[in-house]
Amino acid sequence: MSTIRVLVGTRKGAFTLTSDAARREWHVSGPHFAGWEIYHVKGSPADPNRIYASQSSGWFGQVLQRSDDGGETWSPVGNEFAYDGVPGTHQWYDGTPHPWEFKRVWHLEPSLGDPDHVYAGVEDAAIFESRDGGKTWAELSGLRRHDTGPHWQPGAGGMCLHTILLDPVNEGRMYVAISAAGAFRSDDFGATWRPINKGLVSNFMPDPTAEVGHCVHRIAFHRSRPETLFMQKHWDVMRSDDGGDNWREVSGNLPTDFGFPIDVNFNEPETIYVVPIKSDSEHFPIDGALQVWRSRTGGGEWEPLTRGLPQENCYVNVLRDAMAVDALDPCGVYFGTTGGQVYCSADGGDSWMPIVHDLPAVLSVEVQMLP
Amino acid sequence: MIRVVLPAHLRTLARVEDEVELKVAPPVTIRAVLDALEAKFPTLRGAIRDHGTLRRRAFVRYFACQQDISHEPPDAALPEEVARGDEPFIVLGAIAGG
Repeated sequence: MSTIRVLVGTRKGAFTLTSDAARREWHVSGPHFAGWEIYHVKGSPADPNRIYASQSSGWFGQVLQRSDDGGETWSPVGNEFAYDGVPGTHQWYDGTPHPWEFKRVWHLEPSLGDPDHVYAGVEDAAIFESRDGGKTWAELSGLRRHDTGPHWQPGAGGMCLHTILLDPVNEGRMYVAISAAGAFRSDDFGATWRPINKGLVSNFMPDPTAEVGHCVHRIAFHRSRPETLFMQKHWDVMRSDDGGDNWREVSGNLPTDFGFPIDVNFNEPETIYVVPIKSDSEHFPIDGALQVWRSRTGGGEWEPLTRGLPQENCYVNVLRDAMAVDALDPCGVYFGTTGGQVYCSADGGDSWMPIVHDLPAVLSVEVQMLP
Repeated sequence: MIRVVLPAHLRTLARVEDEVELKVAPPVTIRAVLDALEAKFPTLRGAIRDHGTLRRRAFVRYFACQQDISHEPPDAALPEEVARGDEPFIVLGAIAGG
């Protein structure tokens, strides 16, 4: 019987939650790296015992941790993220030039086939790569050096590269998303990049359809159809069926199309999940009722999923990296909140139960399947 | 031996439970002590001083003999009491945040 391991990053440490395939009884381990912000924890698809964790602190900077035994023990690896060459400037909040400065790693994406090969998305936005298990990091600077780079601006949370998708079908293709620059695609293993934001409309921008400047909160795809991308933008849920070349809005009947995470059911490529949040100035569910919304039609038509979720007095947020799915059938869906709850649905979203109630604010949730 | 007191998070990172002792050849300066500290505990690289520039991180301070010496030049000699090991060189995390 499969074991599920949920990797949770929080404001004050990392936690692992394990269960059998029934997903009813959970063992909680942690906090690991107590007191540190853990932006992301993710395991290698090629070796589930290999896990990387981004540990950071406003006082003491960035630490990268690696486990080779499924999270039982950890060792710090390399934490030097040096931009390639003279990094130049991007735009600050007020539009003035601001030097590129490394602040932290937001997202770790182990490669599909090699546990030692891992990518890191960082603030200020750039993508780095390690081919030695995290000991050393080199920037894939074609992204930051894109002609539009000097015009990128930070979102409220900083100018972060928060999403990395590795295409399992088209070799060398990868996607990233940056707040608030937009989505980008590489077709040559990260050497060169181009913005893929056609069809996005961001009314806060002087030119709402500009090539860059969009606050993309999250993108996701199904492993079997990676040319179909789903996006939760600052406002608007979007879909592309051509690898991001063109986007169309699929917000449909959502009560609000503001939100952070978006994810795809493991078994159903057209079933997607979002967590609607009231607005960009009120980061909590409408009327204090926490709801996941599911579309079985790849967007456009949505249904609320509420069974087991608090429907009154709930004013948490669900951050962009804090939703994940498992590979069982029915698909398990998981998300964590800024209130420290981690919820699990073992039936594709029909019903939910809290695995834990009172963790620190959850920054990220990932799921591993163990034999 | 030079005595160094680290804040709790850095003791955890370095996997030490108490103050650490370092051999530092004269002249004993902030730079020499931190170089020796990072050589003995490589996991502390980047945690006290930025990589590359070796500038003190903004929320880290240095104290010795009850004095804040954070803004002393890195190559200025530390007090004799520190050089003799009578007083520790203290790395402190600023009191901020929650």
